[in-house]
Amino acid sequence: MSDQQGPPSSMDVFLRGLWQENPVFVMLLGTCPTLAVTNKVINCFAMGVSVMFVLVMSGLLISLLRSFIPKQVRIASFIIIIATFVTIVDYAIQSISLDLYDSLGAFIQLIVVNCIILGRAEAFASKNGPAKSMLDAVGMGLGFTFALLCLGVIREALGNGTLMMDTPFEISLFGPNFAPWSIMILPPGGFFVLGLELILFAWLRKRREQRRAQTAQA
Amino acid sequence: MNTESLPSIFINTLIVNNFVLSMFLGICPFLGVSSKKETATRMGVAVTFVLLVSSVCAYGINIVLNYIGAPYLTLICYIAVIAAAVQLVEMVIKKYSPALFRALGIFLPLITTNCAILGLALFQTQKGYNFVQCLVYALGAGGGFTLALIIMAGMREKLELADVPDIAQGAAITLILAGILSLAFMGFAGLGG
Repeated sequence: MSDQQGPPSSMDVFLRGLWQENPVFVMLLGTCPTLAVTNKVINCFAMGVSVMFVLVMSGLLISLLRSFIPKQVRIASFIIIIATFVTIVDYAIQSISLDLYDSLGAFIQLIVVNCIILGRAEAFASKNGPAKSMLDAVGMGLGFTFALLCLGVIREALGNGTLMMDTPFEISLFGPNFAPWSIMILPPGGFFVLGLELILFAWLRKRREQRRAQTAQA
Repeated sequence: MNTESLPSIFINTLIVNNFVLSMFLGICPFLGVSSKKETATRMGVAVTFVLLVSSVCAYGINIVLNYIGAPYLTLICYIAVIAAAVQLVEMVIKKYSPALFRALGIFLPLITTNCAILGLALFQTQKGYNFVQCLVYALGAGGGFTLALIIMAGMREKLELADVPDIAQGAAITLILAGILSLAFMGFAGLGG
């Protein structure tokens, strides 16, 4: 942000991840899990919460240890710290719901190589204090969950005609005569929906800029 | 033990369950370096190479971890060893084949955080493949990745001449293209048996 002077306030740090620097829509990080798990809304929740947990815990630990970790081996140390928390999440989900674990597949373990987490560790947690790092992590985590839900809701609604499938809160949206558009819950649907949402956000941004230019002229 | 035949594993990972287009592994490099055919080929070769190396490493680690009874360390060991292996491979290539090093160049370190690599290691453990099956699996995955990357690069080279609307340029149109490609690859379902 070029128009900001000095260090950003806590609120800015938090909100940045949610919208302005949304990890999925703006920075295009972590696209692999985004596309893979968003065929069900419940998967999006689980994935979002898991990523947020790993982000927050590793951000906290890394920012506490930031003066002890030698610069040369920082990436390796970050990855080990992240992998530890991912293992915790992996076993936790396995014990909470085996069905959920099966439907998420290897993608819980693949959180380790999710660029969002390493990116935040390198760009933020290794340079800022623990409180701010955690705030940044929560913001980024919420932003990621929000992006997952944006895709998941559309894909499940079109592909299966429901919301919150496979949970006690299942809602049928279109009644019994709905013919599911099953491509949407299959892999191609992920690519299409994310592509179309990127177009939508680019369009919104362009329109806002045009409006700002108009008011500046007037 | 898994008794799947070798050709079936190869075809399955190469086309039917293509790592990029149907399992969403390695999307970042897929979107990032698929703008030219030449770079796409190099990236594909580099990834295939690293896949083979890490597949062998993961096979070894899995035996050791099962022997000492610590399967909860799988993830940490895999990622640490893969990262180290990539570094080692980079140094060895730099020393013995500068030409190959120049060709693979900047792509090697990037590959460490490619989810296809860790994904392959995790899947081969899950499926209980033996040593030869692991190698064929890695080869198929690498081939599939290269195939997807080259097809995509070819399409994007053509796309440069096309009149894409302003707002759809860049990642958005690439994703739509990938979706169509993925749709096409779905036609292969059932081929591997």
